[in-house]
Amino acid sequence: GMRQLVWRFQVSSALKEGHVTPTELCQRCLALIKSTRFLNAYITVAEEAALKQAEESEKRYKRGQPLGVLDGIPIAVKDNFNTAGIETTCASNMLKGYISPYNATVVQKLLDQGAVLLGKTNLDEFAMGSGSTDGVFGPVRNPWSYSRQYKEKSVSKSHSEDEESNWVITGGSSGGSAAAVSSFTCFAALGSDTGGSTRNPAAHCGVVGLKPTYGLISRHGLIPLVNSMDVPGILTRCVDDAAVVLGSLAGHDPKDSTTIQDNFKPFELPSLPDVSKLSIGIPKEYHAPGLSSEILALWSKAADLFKNAGAKVIEVSLPHTRYSIVCYHVLCTAEVASNMARFDGLEYGHRSDMNKSTESMYAATRREGFNDVVRGRILSGNYFLLKQNYENYFIKAQRVRRLIANDFLKVFGGGVDILLTPTTLSDAVPYREFIKEDNRTRSAQDDILTQAANMAGLPAINVPTALSERGLPIGLQFIGRSFQEKQLLTVAKWFEKQVKFPMIQLEEVKRHNHDVFQHQKSASFS
Amino acid sequence: LAPWVPVVGLEIHAQISSNSKLFSGSQVQFAAPPNSLVSFFDASLPGTLPVLNRRCVEAAVMTGLALNCSINKKSLFDRKHYFYADLPAGYQITQQRVPIAVNGSLSYSLCIDNKMSQMVTKTVRIKQIQLEQDSGKSLHDDTRSQTLVDLNRAGVGLMEVVMEPDMCCGEEAAAAVRELQLILQTLGSSQAVMAEGQLRVDANVSVHHPGEPYGVRTEVKNINSIRFLAKAVDYEIQRQIEELENGGTILNETRAFDSKLGCTVPMRDKEGKQDYRFMPEPNLPPLILYDAKSLPANMNHQQVVNIDWIHERLPDLPSVKRAKLVEQYGILPEHSFALLNEDGLTEFFENVVKQTQMKPKKVIGWILNVLLSYLKEHSLTVKESPISSLMMADLLNLLEKKEISSTAAKQVLAELWKGEEKTPLEIVKEKKLELIQDQKELEQICQAVIDGQENEVIMMALG
Repeated sequence: GMRQLVWRFQVSSALKEGHVTPTELCQRCLALIKSTRFLNAYITVAEEAALKQAEESEKRYKRGQPLGVLDGIPIAVKDNFNTAGIETTCASNMLKGYISPYNATVVQKLLDQGAVLLGKTNLDEFAMGSGSTDGVFGPVRNPWSYSRQYKEKSVSKSHSEDEESNWVITGGSSGGSAAAVSSFTCFAALGSDTGGSTRNPAAHCGVVGLKPTYGLISRHGLIPLVNSMDVPGILTRCVDDAAVVLGSLAGHDPKDSTTIQDNFKPFELPSLPDVSKLSIGIPKEYHAPGLSSEILALWSKAADLFKNAGAKVIEVSLPHTRYSIVCYHVLCTAEVASNMARFDGLEYGHRSDMNKSTESMYAATRREGFNDVVRGRILSGNYFLLKQNYENYFIKAQRVRRLIANDFLKVFGGGVDILLTPTTLSDAVPYREFIKEDNRTRSAQDDILTQAANMAGLPAINVPTALSERGLPIGLQFIGRSFQEKQLLTVAKWFEKQVKFPMIQLEEVKRHNHDVFQHQKSASFS
Repeated sequence: LAPWVPVVGLEIHAQISSNSKLFSGSQVQFAAPPNSLVSFFDASLPGTLPVLNRRCVEAAVMTGLALNCSINKKSLFDRKHYFYADLPAGYQITQQRVPIAVNGSLSYSLCIDNKMSQMVTKTVRIKQIQLEQDSGKSLHDDTRSQTLVDLNRAGVGLMEVVMEPDMCCGEEAAAAVRELQLILQTLGSSQAVMAEGQLRVDANVSVHHPGEPYGVRTEVKNINSIRFLAKAVDYEIQRQIEELENGGTILNETRAFDSKLGCTVPMRDKEGKQDYRFMPEPNLPPLILYDAKSLPANMNHQQVVNIDWIHERLPDLPSVKRAKLVEQYGILPEHSFALLNEDGLTEFFENVVKQTQMKPKKVIGWILNVLLSYLKEHSLTVKESPISSLMMADLLNLLEKKEISSTAAKQVLAELWKGEEKTPLEIVKEKKLELIQDQKELEQICQAVIDGQENEVIMMALG
């Protein structure tokens, strides 16, 4: 009906047919960013540069020569990707004011396709966290906190509590990007995913969050957290859009020696995906302690959906899942300690005024530049890397990592095509709840369902599924085989069509509602 | 007093001769303006990644093969962490776990008793060769309490060659390094000029009594020439012996060689007991090398390094060159050493031999004893010689044809050194140095002398 029309409405073809111009689109997004500033989703808005890009795009459309589907499409990029000429802060004092001289490969690719870069989005400092609450620019607010759906459900709560204290987190660490997409300020955003940092906020913000296979998309220019697990993540409002963005980003990059050499062919998803011939695995270990009964029920319903469509749905086991958090802790902190060693105040970034000696300058710079979370991980990591500890911690963790990866190999090798799991243990918690526990505790809890896919380098995607009793998004996760993104996204698209996740009803978006802005409400651009 | 056995091992860093750095595309060049050869990766800008330079891998394979090493078909890269101003990333990328080449050997020769007449061949085991990054340079300006950092050298490729403690004195260490230098220069894998920092040597020295375990060793750094290497090692051996004989102990420390004072001094403790927190370099996959057997059929040969292909194209190493010279020209082994030891001298010698009838066995004396000592006296290289091989050949031909004596030849040479573009023949004529061959002419001269010296002749005739 009406809703389906809206979903299928394509802003790209609107641009092509001249129903809307890139400049108008850009201006609307910028205006919406301004009126949703309270979300704190953006650290930097590159207004002038974006309008210029939109202008250029417009010229191309007028000539009838757009660069592709992404030409003129407003996008946002997480602030741990290098963007030439635009500040890249990683939400840290260490890089406040840092203007990189080069673009990350993924940023360059998007710009080369004509995408319009609106700005850099907020995150946990150096991508360490699962709430997007621990950056120096403050926490990101989940747009759903201000949705009619959430407000309606919180009417029963005490009236004396106002909106201010009730707002919920976005999840993290790519919370800014998830919020930006969720609140319609852009059509796609880049995040990063090391332990779930794209999928987690995607689930909480009701958007699609794709973690590609490790080695498929270049990490050149992504400021690393854990080099052996990081991937650029893609956040969009529908699965088709994610496929388009993936197509423009994937492929070997000579600047990143960990990208695969094979030629990547961008693919289009079938308009009528068919899952009847597939085998869907339900890993029993993902019924983790703390999983809300709501999500458990939803997970079960989803499995039934597949069954009813003719797919084979079987329970499988990934026995080493419960070790993944501890294993991750060792490997992650070790790499963090190493990666952060370059921040010494000498070549770039914050430099302390302390100048009694080089060593004292280093120490003061790093104390001033890094927050507690970062410093804590550096200390842990250095401990694990000490000669006397290396074998017992680092090497052991690597062995456990191999076991975790082998769990998946066994299951996929046994005929399972896709795994279906929850993405998060619950819907988004209110900020004041979230901060009661420290970052480390939260990360350990929240990463449990997403972390193992990073250990194994596998592709995984969050698909928004339904609203919780509190009116907040719940997403489910699909995990696929290495480099089988096409199959993964096909299944995700089928599922998306089945569940028909509701559109967020945001006052700010409605306010900007007129003919031109009609396009804003369209979920997709492709 | 019981005898002492000195034990010397060496860690040698050779800068790879390549256009660009080990993991980035910035240029490698000596003495460029500060910080003009620094890529984003070299400066450790966040988000940059290493990309391995193929030429550096080939250089290391060549060197490994020339040193009789096993080339590891799979080697790994690691991070070695420490904080220092000239190390922008806070870690160096090196090969600690599995280096590219292991278990080789290097043969070198020494003169016994300082005579060039007796040479003995020795061997030192090569423990391993590893690829690693060079650091930048820091200059301490104490007057202004500041440190100036130049990152031009940061990231340049190095081959670290580790020689086992098979040497026993400065002379051996110097000879081994000299031979390594010649090998590297022959291969072209490093220009190995110590003065330009392309070859850096650290010596590990200890002493012990025969039959007892090895003593505590010290590391000696800041050695800037092969001559100083011999001096530094011998000084350190002596120092340790004296220390121990006086009842003292040797500290496991790093010492710097002071070339002015000719001694080693403890270095400012810049690292202490460092734990380098080695960790695999996650941004570089294992380095896989192939040989003819293991090379897959469909592999793009631009993308791989083939050990056998490199082996087939190795040039003649110095030891082979020397053997060929001895065989071809009938010269002595010590002559061949002297020829290879001086840049361009072999070529000069061979050019003279080509253009003269004099036997090479005789030519060599003129080259080594006359030409070379003249060049040394005036601190000239062969390239800078005012006498060309052609001129030398002409001169030796005159000598060979007995048109001049060898004394006269030396006089002609003295003239030729002036570089006045006169040919030997012209000088001979000018100075009337021709040997008189005519019997009658000789008799006339003798008679004239006798006539002029009647009394002396009578005295001689009387006995």
